[in-house]
Amino acid sequence: MPDAPGLELIAQDLNDVAGGSVLGTYHEHGQGCLIVDPEHVLDILRWLRDEPGQEYRFLSSLHGVDYLPAEPRFGVVYELLNMPRVERLRVRAALRDPGGDELPELDSCVSLFPTAEFHEREVYDFFGIVFRGHPDLRRILMPEDYVGWPQRRDFPMGGEPVIFTRDEPVMPRWYE
Amino acid sequence: MRREKLRALAPLEEPAAPTDLRVRQLRARDLLRGDLEGPDLERHVEESVLTTTMQKAIGWGRANSIFPATFGLACCAIEMMSIVSPRYDIARFGAENMRASPRQADLLILSGRVSIKMAPVCRRLYDQMLEPKWVIAMGACSSSGGMFANYAVVQGADKFMPVDIHVPGCPPRAEALVYGFNKLQRMILGNPDPGWRRRYNAAGTEEWAREATGEASKEEIEAYEAARELAATHEAARSQASRGGPT
Repeated sequence: MPDAPGLELIAQDLNDVAGGSVLGTYHEHGQGCLIVDPEHVLDILRWLRDEPGQEYRFLSSLHGVDYLPAEPRFGVVYELLNMPRVERLRVRAALRDPGGDELPELDSCVSLFPTAEFHEREVYDFFGIVFRGHPDLRRILMPEDYVGWPQRRDFPMGGEPVIFTRDEPVMPRWYE
Repeated sequence: MRREKLRALAPLEEPAAPTDLRVRQLRARDLLRGDLEGPDLERHVEESVLTTTMQKAIGWGRANSIFPATFGLACCAIEMMSIVSPRYDIARFGAENMRASPRQADLLILSGRVSIKMAPVCRRLYDQMLEPKWVIAMGACSSSGGMFANYAVVQGADKFMPVDIHVPGCPPRAEALVYGFNKLQRMILGNPDPGWRRRYNAAGTEEWAREATGEASKEEIEAYEAARELAATHEAARSQASRGGPT
C-alpha cells in the first residue's frame, strides 16, 4: 500500500504526466485512493501500469457507484494491485450525470486490462455507464430486453408490498 | 385327497392363521384348478381380492414412483439434495431416482429464488416434462419472492407456472420437504389434505378480507362471499352429520 506521502507523490507525478487529471486523494483504513478526471482515466491507468516503480499490473476489480445526492453523481472504481510488492491502489473516476436520457461516458480500459471486459459490462448493466471503445458493450446479468439501470439509487425497489397482520391496525395501508 | 389334506390343515370352523403360507398356497392352487367352490371359494376371494377403481389404482402407482428432476436453483437445493441421502431417504416413498432430463421427470422442485432471467428457463423445463407432472415450490423465495423484494426476482413462481405444493421455510429443512412431498402424494392419490382454513372452519379470515384494509375490490368481495358460502356449507354439513350421530 502506498502510504499517504507516497500517494501524494503519485498524484503529483500524474499531474505532471496529464495536467490536472488528479482531482483529489484520500487515504483511509490503510488504503490510498486517487480521485481522477474521467477524461484522463486511460492515461492514468496506463501510467500506473507501465511506469517503472509503479507497475500496478493487475486490475483486481472494477465497479460502479451511485452517490445520488452528491455531484459528480457516479463513480467508476478501479482496484489496482502490484503483485510483487502486494500493494493496492484505488483509482476512482468521478462522473457527472449528463441528465435526461443521456448516459455518462468514459473510456474503456479493456485495451490495458483485458479482464475489464466483463467488469465494464456489469457496470454498464447496472448503472448505465457507457464505456467508449468497449468491444462488446451489452447487458451481462440482467435479461437483454431489460429496461432501466437497476442499481441506480433512483431506480424503484421493485418487488411487492407485504401486508403483515401486526402492522395493519397501527399503520393502516402502511405499504402505500 | 388333497381336499382332505387341506381340511385337516385348516378346518373351516377354525380360520387358519393368515400367516400360514402353506394353507394359502394350496388353496390358491385349488382355485386355479377349478376345484375350489362353496364357502372355501368365498373365503379365498374375501382374503385375496382387492376391489378399487382404476383411477385410484393409477394414482397409487403414480404417487409411489415419482421421478423428481435434478434441478437446483439456489441454497434450497442443498437441502433438496439431502432428501435422497440415507438420513432423510426419500426412497421410502419411491422418489429417490432424480432424473437429469425433464423428459423423464414428473416432479419439478423449484428449490430457490427464481430470477426473472431464470423464469423462462423454468417454464421451458416445465413445458418439456411429460404429463402427468407436478411442481413443488420449495422455500419462501419461489413461493412469494421471500426476502428478495427487488427488481431481479420473480415474486412467486406461480406467476409463470402452476404450483401444486408450497413448502415454507428459508430454507425448509429436508424433513419439511419430505412432508410436502407426502402431501403431494396424497394429492396425486385424489385425497388431498384440506387447507388449514378449511380444516379449522376459518374460511373468510384471509387478511385481505379484514375490514381494516379499507376499500375492497370487486374481486375481493366476490372471493370473500364465496369463501363465506363455502364455510356455511361446510358448517351445515358438519352439524347435519353430528345431528345424525354415529349409527
